[in-house]
Amino acid sequence: MAREQVKRKAGAQAAAIGAGALVRDGRIVTDDPWRVLEDDAAIPAQGDIVMRPQRLEEARARNAGRLGVLIAPPDAVEDVAAHLPRLSLVMAAFPSFRDGRAYTTARLLRERYGYQGEVRAVGDVLEDQLFSMLRCGFDSFDLRSKDPEAAFARAAKRFAHVYQPAADARLPAWRRRLLRFAAAPEDAS
Amino acid sequence: MYRYDEFDAAIVADRIAEFRDQVARRLSGELTEDQFKPLRLMNGVYLQLHAYMLRVAIPYGTLNSAQLRRLAHIARTYDKGYGHFTTRQNIQFNWPALKDIPAILEELAAVEMHAIQTSGNCIRNVTADHFAGAAADEHDDPRIWAEIIRQWSTFHPEFSFLPRKFKIAITGADADRAAVQVHDIGLHLRRIDGALRFSVYVGGGQGRTPFVAPLIKDDLAPEDLLAYLEACLRVYNRHGRRDNIYKARIKILVSALGAAEYARQVDAEWRAIGTSTLRLPDAEVARIRAYFASPPFAAKPAESAAYEAAKAQDKAFARWTRTNVHPHKQPGYSSVTISLKPIGGVPGDASDAQLDAVAELAQAYSFDEARVTHEQNLVLPHVALDDLHALWRGLAAHDLATPNAGLVSDIIACPGLDYCDLANARAIPVAQAIAETFADLDAQETIGELKIKISGCINACGHHHVGHIGILGVDKHGAEFYQILLGGRADERAALAKVVGKGMSADAIPGAIARVVKTYLSLRESESERFIDAYERLGPAPFEEALYGA
Repeated sequence: MAREQVKRKAGAQAAAIGAGALVRDGRIVTDDPWRVLEDDAAIPAQGDIVMRPQRLEEARARNAGRLGVLIAPPDAVEDVAAHLPRLSLVMAAFPSFRDGRAYTTARLLRERYGYQGEVRAVGDVLEDQLFSMLRCGFDSFDLRSKDPEAAFARAAKRFAHVYQPAADARLPAWRRRLLRFAAAPEDAS
Repeated sequence: MYRYDEFDAAIVADRIAEFRDQVARRLSGELTEDQFKPLRLMNGVYLQLHAYMLRVAIPYGTLNSAQLRRLAHIARTYDKGYGHFTTRQNIQFNWPALKDIPAILEELAAVEMHAIQTSGNCIRNVTADHFAGAAADEHDDPRIWAEIIRQWSTFHPEFSFLPRKFKIAITGADADRAAVQVHDIGLHLRRIDGALRFSVYVGGGQGRTPFVAPLIKDDLAPEDLLAYLEACLRVYNRHGRRDNIYKARIKILVSALGAAEYARQVDAEWRAIGTSTLRLPDAEVARIRAYFASPPFAAKPAESAAYEAAKAQDKAFARWTRTNVHPHKQPGYSSVTISLKPIGGVPGDASDAQLDAVAELAQAYSFDEARVTHEQNLVLPHVALDDLHALWRGLAAHDLATPNAGLVSDIIACPGLDYCDLANARAIPVAQAIAETFADLDAQETIGELKIKISGCINACGHHHVGHIGILGVDKHGAEFYQILLGGRADERAALAKVVGKGMSADAIPGAIARVVKTYLSLRESESERFIDAYERLGPAPFEEALYGA
């Protein structure tokens, strides 16, 4: 079924990366050193390169630069778990903004594997999904927008409060409620 | 009922600001319709056959009088003077202008309502037993847990772009009045040795491939509820199919993996998540529980002399009490079904004047509370027996006292081809024609409980798979045709109805249903053997013969 189809599309996915503007910490980054390798491209000896999980072993043997990985569905975070300590960047792909699998990928990277490096949202990355992406642990964005910095600024402060814990530092409303009562016990009556 | 604090209010207000901005970007052309569609859907805005439709969430079907009055005001001001209650305990407005929708959302927020996640491939509004907090057979109030799930699922950052929509239903009573086994997740609260535990059913649903959900866990402790749900959703988000919209619901994943394998994957994920971050503090559960405490009932005897006298003197009232009044846990009280199924009316529709009337009656007689049922009626949950006669007169003045709850004319019907972009056939006129065939109230009462459910297409919004008699509209070479199904049920013994025979035209349906009913009446063992009981005893053969001849 779809698994094979999606596998074949992963190369095309790599080609679509960089269609937006790279945004990190709310600013456009113009000097991004990362190069995404197509599946059939030779692995260079130098440079910061990103590839699909299946080529990581080979790349670790051949390349002296920094390594990153592209996780595009149906590739899974478990496929790269053993390599994570050596990886400086994980790109998680949204083939369409309607495909929400990369949110889980990012949360597992941060919460289950404790990955501290850069997690970049690539593919169909739009303003209206940024808030959720930030909550799931993404920290850089290949953002498709007319004015990426303004879009990011709007999206990042869209909600003052949240209801559930995720990969970010935000406290869910239930924790804030308890803190409020702890801070002002006279209000609790 | 639950009341917003500053956090709930801020989250809804921020959402309105976001949606106002999204509408502005759509109207300016910055967003394409393709990009705008999932954003508006996530806020309950559909583009239907004739206009935009706004679906407003009524969490677990609970409303107060201020909210009812506001819905009446919205119907009057922004729509054509009516709203439509759905099988998801929500209300839909069929004629709002897109530019007015942010203003409508502001009106709703002022009474602690919203349209969040009433559509889209996300976790939808959670539904619950409409007799919650009132039923005598209840172990715990499901609204407490439904509210906890509402908050956890609202703008869940990981689960807003699932493979497909996701519906959770919950009941806390022995009898399942929330149809939990035909939901993506059904939760059934029980007490095991005094301790509350959830039975968790996953992968039920109707639509083109109906399933009764398998039980995947029968002893989930309440403190583990959110971690376990997160695991259920995560396995689905990762592995549910996204290549075919008709195979994307979780029921297809559970069916393909097998319930045991799905349960194993969820269990592994649940253990990996652990419980610390998703376990609510006791104080928060207690805070939410306090909102659902019983209202200040008066101490009353179990029987009311005034009520008995009124029934003896007023035959029409007595008839209504036999069908529309239900037992209550508190002596001297009852729960009342307000039928939105007048003979010849549109199932589930209520006018602005009717909504205002229900608000006034809820305030006067039911501790300011009303409910929406998944059978498209309203309920006043806490009415003293002493007040029933006055309430009935108040309802009758607004055509809200049809004595048919649970009877053959209490029909569920989806909007069908009269409104819906997806429909193949009309559902409302078929429901009206059947109700008119059985208009005689004595005959209806003789027939007894009989649940007819009509859908205008395979998506089954009218629940035809779980009707005692289900009717499915299909398009056959450009003409509307209807298939009849028999033997479904949506209660704690949920079962799917089976298609019998060939399709027929709309004109033939009322006569066909009448033949099925006549057959039942001739074959039942006693008046207490309901249609569904007789069907299960006899099987489909005598009914098929009645429909199509030998």
